[in-house]
Amino acid sequence: MRTLIFRTVAPFLSSLMILFSVFVLLRGHNEPGGGFIGGLIAASALAIYGIAFGVSPVRRAIRFHPMALAGFGLLLAAIAGILSIFSHVPFLTGLWIYPKIFGVEVALSTPMMFDIGVYFVVFGSITSTALALEERERD
Amino acid sequence: MATSTAHSVNLADAMVMTPPPMVDYLVVAPLVIGFVFGALCLMTRKNTGRQPFIAITGLVLMLAADIGLFWHVLQNGTVVMTMGRWLPPFGITFAADMLGAVFALIGGIVGLAGGIYALDDVNQTGRRYGFYPFLLLMMSGITAAFLTGDIFNLYVWFEVLLIGSFGLLVLGSEREQLDGATKYAFLNLLATTLFLLAVAYLYGTVGTLNMADISRKAASVRDTGPLFTIAALFLFAFAMKAAAFPVNFWLPASYHTPRIVVSGLFAGLLTKVGVYALLRIFLTLFHVERDMLAGTIAVIAAVTMVTGAMGALAQNDIRRQLGYLVISGIGMMLAGLALGSRTGLSGGVFYAAHSMVVMTALYFLAGIMGERMNGFALNKAGGLYSRMPWLAAIALVLLLSVSGLPPFSGLWPKAYLVKASLDVGAWWLAFAILLTGLMTTIAVGRTFAFSFWRERTGGEAETASPQGAVSGAVVGSLVGLTLLTVAVGIYPEPVIRVTDRIAGELLAPAGYVDSVFPADMTPTQGEGGPQEGETQQ
Repeated sequence: MRTLIFRTVAPFLSSLMILFSVFVLLRGHNEPGGGFIGGLIAASALAIYGIAFGVSPVRRAIRFHPMALAGFGLLLAAIAGILSIFSHVPFLTGLWIYPKIFGVEVALSTPMMFDIGVYFVVFGSITSTALALEERERD
Repeated sequence: MATSTAHSVNLADAMVMTPPPMVDYLVVAPLVIGFVFGALCLMTRKNTGRQPFIAITGLVLMLAADIGLFWHVLQNGTVVMTMGRWLPPFGITFAADMLGAVFALIGGIVGLAGGIYALDDVNQTGRRYGFYPFLLLMMSGITAAFLTGDIFNLYVWFEVLLIGSFGLLVLGSEREQLDGATKYAFLNLLATTLFLLAVAYLYGTVGTLNMADISRKAASVRDTGPLFTIAALFLFAFAMKAAAFPVNFWLPASYHTPRIVVSGLFAGLLTKVGVYALLRIFLTLFHVERDMLAGTIAVIAAVTMVTGAMGALAQNDIRRQLGYLVISGIGMMLAGLALGSRTGLSGGVFYAAHSMVVMTALYFLAGIMGERMNGFALNKAGGLYSRMPWLAAIALVLLLSVSGLPPFSGLWPKAYLVKASLDVGAWWLAFAILLTGLMTTIAVGRTFAFSFWRERTGGEAETASPQGAVSGAVVGSLVGLTLLTVAVGIYPEPVIRVTDRIAGELLAPAGYVDSVFPADMTPTQGEGGPQEGETQQ
């Protein structure tokens, strides 16, 4: 879309949405949010960027093919399940570690890793669809 | 909040406290391997050179895990693992009994054969479209469907395998493929929706989704709950999936459209998941309703097998003919379910295993034949024998095997089914089985005679058809599957011992329930005994 206002706003809007999607993703463990909705927000951010500037800048900006990102997410989710084998608990059991980073206790867990995997799967697959649809429109 | 100091609850109330033995991870291993390698394939989708290597490694590991699981179950009985450490009715349970383990094992064999055949059959474009990721994800879905012990989870795996199969079906996006895929997708989604509805009703009635839990609680709600209706809904949904008679028109309409390797995998695997689900639902969960529906299932079985064979007789396209043979085989397996006796079930399960291997091999064979004859039309077929006598030998084995003639693997399950039918006086079912065998023999005999013995008609540029040697991958996968049917046909005792054991397990679902809910693991809070009916209204 060639309107000046939209093209000026789109980069800010997109980066804000990506940031917000990460916030929603991390918030999701205890409160509304999570990987699925976070991935959707991130995918909409790229869709907006794509509408403003065209598909190729988006593809260049994310470096990897969106489907590869989805594959990465799936891998991450599967690994989050496998990790339980090393603790001798059944598959997909939630495992927690609490490292101190700069004096602050940070809770890291396999459910979070799984959720990040979901985030990437949703982000990758929806972005892939959205970009394909936006591309069609130009041809 | 998630902090390190928040744990002060008694975990033993809700969680499995004993660490599971290392070998028990085998029950989830095939699925995890499928997902991990599927993900790797997805990440390297553009790297078409390396992709087959990753995929075949994944399929080999998957098969290894299936073999390990089968061995483990054979030695130690049903293997159970509940995800996330929760106690069974709450966590999602994976439970591999002999039935699930055998289906998973044969599925693994067929999947690997498909992956190898595809080395040659699926070209660069197909790989770039994502053949291997779809294949691995579909294989994960199929294996997990065989191994899960939770009925809603079974629905989820049906969705996973369906999505994988949609991808495989439209690979290449040709007009004919899209036409077949639309019918396939629509009718399968319809069946899946019915399945989901039935699950919802079941949950509303019994209050649990764990199959073992349903099995032990079903007796207490049988007087008040509409279990018969739910069972009938399940029958309808899975009959559609399995391509049983009145609802099977999607299969011949779609199975001949995709690449031959995809057709082969579908014929070997997908309908059998429906059959597996019917066996599981009607024997482990609802054996009383099965007794009530036995007559209906028997009629469906007989009509399915006879119409399937008639369809095979009527077709001119080899691939369509094979599609009808798949249907006819489904009738045989349903006959086993309908009979419900030890012999009948053993025969039905044996037939399913036989059909998975042989139908896939037949499609692979058809692929080679079609390539050599420039098409699949029987009226233009001919001249293959003089060019490829070895292929004629393989074809003869497979075609005799699918019609149930000795000495190949199709004979024994049919003999069992006929015997089981006569035992209960269902002479008409025995007659249908034998009639199907005769008609199948005529149909495949016609195919063999036309394509191998007949001289090639119409001598235009036909001789210019591809003459190059068939690639090793194609021959290897075909010969492997053929040897399997020969070996089982000549030495069926071990297989029969296994299927007899499966039949015994299916007829005594208490064993399955006990392995999911061992007597020493009753939850401490007064949660569900069999007589303690759920009242959530």
